[in-house]
Amino acid sequence: MAVEVKELLPITQRHEELGLADETVLQMYYHLLLSRRLDERCWVLQRQGRVPFHISGIAHEGIGVGAAYALRKGFDIVHPYYRDLALSIALGMKPVEFMLALYGKKGDPHSAARQMPSHFSLRRLNIISGSSPVATQLPQAAGIALAEVLKQKLRPQLEAAGFQVSREMRVVLTSTGEGSTSEGDFHEALNWAGIYKLPLIVLVHNNQYAISVPVWKQMAVKRVADRAAAYGIRGAVCDGGNVLEVYQVVKEAVDRARAGEGTTLIEAVTYRWTPHSSDDDDRTYRTREEVEQGKLRDPLPRLRDYLYRRSLLTQRLEDELEERVRAEVDEAQRLAEEAPYPAPEEALAPVFATEDRSGWWGE
Amino acid sequence: MPEKTLIEAIREAIDEEMARDPRVFVVGEDVGPRGGVFRATMGLWQKYGEWRVIDSPLAELSIVAIGIGAALNGFRPICEIQFADFIHPAFNQIVNEAARFFYRSGGVYNVPMVIRAPYGGGISGGLYHSQSVEAFFAHVPGLKVVIPSNPYDAKGLLKAAIRDPNPVLFFEPKKGYRLIKGEVPDGDYIVPIGPAKVTREGSDLTVFAYGMMHYYALQAAEMVAKEGIDVEVVDLRTLAPVDKATILNSVKKTGKALIVYEDNLTLGYGAEVAAILAEEGFEYLDGPVMRLAGPDVPGVPFSPPMQDFFMPSPQKIAEAIRRLARY
Ligand SMILES: Cc1ncc(C[n+]2csc(CCOP(=O)(O)OP(=O)(O)O)c2C)c(N)n1
Ligand SMILES: [Mg+2]
Repeated sequence: MAVEVKELLPITQRHEELGLADETVLQMYYHLLLSRRLDERCWVLQRQGRVPFHISGIAHEGIGVGAAYALRKGFDIVHPYYRDLALSIALGMKPVEFMLALYGKKGDPHSAARQMPSHFSLRRLNIISGSSPVATQLPQAAGIALAEVLKQKLRPQLEAAGFQVSREMRVVLTSTGEGSTSEGDFHEALNWAGIYKLPLIVLVHNNQYAISVPVWKQMAVKRVADRAAAYGIRGAVCDGGNVLEVYQVVKEAVDRARAGEGTTLIEAVTYRWTPHSSDDDDRTYRTREEVEQGKLRDPLPRLRDYLYRRSLLTQRLEDELEERVRAEVDEAQRLAEEAPYPAPEEALAPVFATEDRSGWWGE
Repeated sequence: MPEKTLIEAIREAIDEEMARDPRVFVVGEDVGPRGGVFRATMGLWQKYGEWRVIDSPLAELSIVAIGIGAALNGFRPICEIQFADFIHPAFNQIVNEAARFFYRSGGVYNVPMVIRAPYGGGISGGLYHSQSVEAFFAHVPGLKVVIPSNPYDAKGLLKAAIRDPNPVLFFEPKKGYRLIKGEVPDGDYIVPIGPAKVTREGSDLTVFAYGMMHYYALQAAEMVAKEGIDVEVVDLRTLAPVDKATILNSVKKTGKALIVYEDNLTLGYGAEVAAILAEEGFEYLDGPVMRLAGPDVPGVPFSPPMQDFFMPSPQKIAEAIRRLARY
């Protein structure tokens, strides 16, 4: 990492200056905590051999929670990637919905137990199904955003035909890792975003690695966000371990996007101190010292520290929250373990749709 | 009924669907003021405006990906790939994304889009303006693959494709754009995606074909008719999902099958038709299932004699028919 960090970095923003109520930051803390404890449990379950695979969002929660709170929940659209456990939780995903996918059980709402876990997809929360090939979601998100522009441009025709167009545009947020920005999909997405001033946010989680490959082997520029200039869009960087800063930067991008000022490429800097996935062993490609350094960016203790400093959190409340979260995670695990597997033949359908259910119309 | 060319029928289908449904829009290279390099969208930009006929940047991956996104968000994109040869940069978005969205979301997200592309050789296009790419995509569950052989079907099938809630690849035999003419009713009608069609009844053997090769197959059938060979011709039209019943029923009647396609021979679409017949039509067969296709070389050469050598023609089809009829 570029900058040596000696101790946990303090959060310097003040939530009220960002327009956030006390309860809202506490709620952010709860979502961060819930994501973290759920994630930790998944690692344990995988190591115990109870589930085949886990890919973690640890160290990425500050980005997900900050971004979720900047969006208009249930209105804006997100096309996330596999580190977006916290984004999904903060948007309203229930722990059991994640656990059912983790176990590949019947009732998994993301993919009906077809995809590997962490391929988030929840129609009720406007979370769009992603695949495993990285960066494919980016140009699709540009298409979703282009549709928002088309709706406004074609409002009279559309409404005459019975399609209600919302008063304001939905903002589309898509995310990916810094390594995945090397894919051509990233370039093509940003190119469209610039040409059509799309109401789009491309949120890059820069956790310094793509599996084992460090960021400097991925790009010759210092910052992912610097690339924005090449597409005629805004670039912005934020500290991904500082949930308030993420909120602030994403909020500004959302407001601009909605106002028709186009796309922002946001780089949220963090450090992935877990292995890439449960199949990875990161000891072959980095030192333990480096990993310990990285943990100083941890969004959870940093927000906790902030809340104590601002007298919003007490030991009692913290304990209560931990207890509540543990109970939720326990319950999710229990439900997932008790749930049946899909019948084998469920693998056969559905291949083709027989009716159309696409689109976000109305408010 | 007025007579129209293949390209006119295609344009008419797009025009009528755009008039009928404001969610339909066209996106691709040069589709705007220029009206497409083959003029498939001629006049549509002038008629419907720049927000419904979108000149894309020169980037096939995102022509398709933008289409997927717009489809997810309620629109009915018609993505034009200028030549089928240039669809490969979009392969990932078509095969991993459009095809798999519905299945991978447990039936929640459907992707109603059409990807049009002119395909096929015999037009001095060399390696990269002559390709047939249908077999790549017909292999992938979740995609529908349609190839019209005549103006009537082209209009009706394209309308069906635009209204279909799934991704449909619509490959157009470009050599036939102005060459193939036929009666096309004004106004709305649909040719459903799925059924193949017996386009010439016969009793001695069946030729299965699609696109330009179907056009040639009909000519070949006339040539050998004078020699007393009574050929049935089946236009496959929808390659995926395949219409097994029509294939099997025809061979049940004729006992012999020749499959003609202008793609490379090996693992081309004809291989699947042959496999269906071997597996499910074995009792009907009175001769070997034969394929006539392009040779297994990496492309259609530019030089006229080499190009002609590559391409199946009515004469070559007639010759193959004679060989098969001898059994
Ligand atoms: C197209 C493609 N190539 C390779 C992979 C295998 N793979 C999965 S994640 C990954 C690294 C991604 O790194 P980055 O984009 O930085 O995201 P991170 O995992 O660090 O959040 C690779 C190589 C893939 N999923 N898709
Ligand atoms: Mg990374």
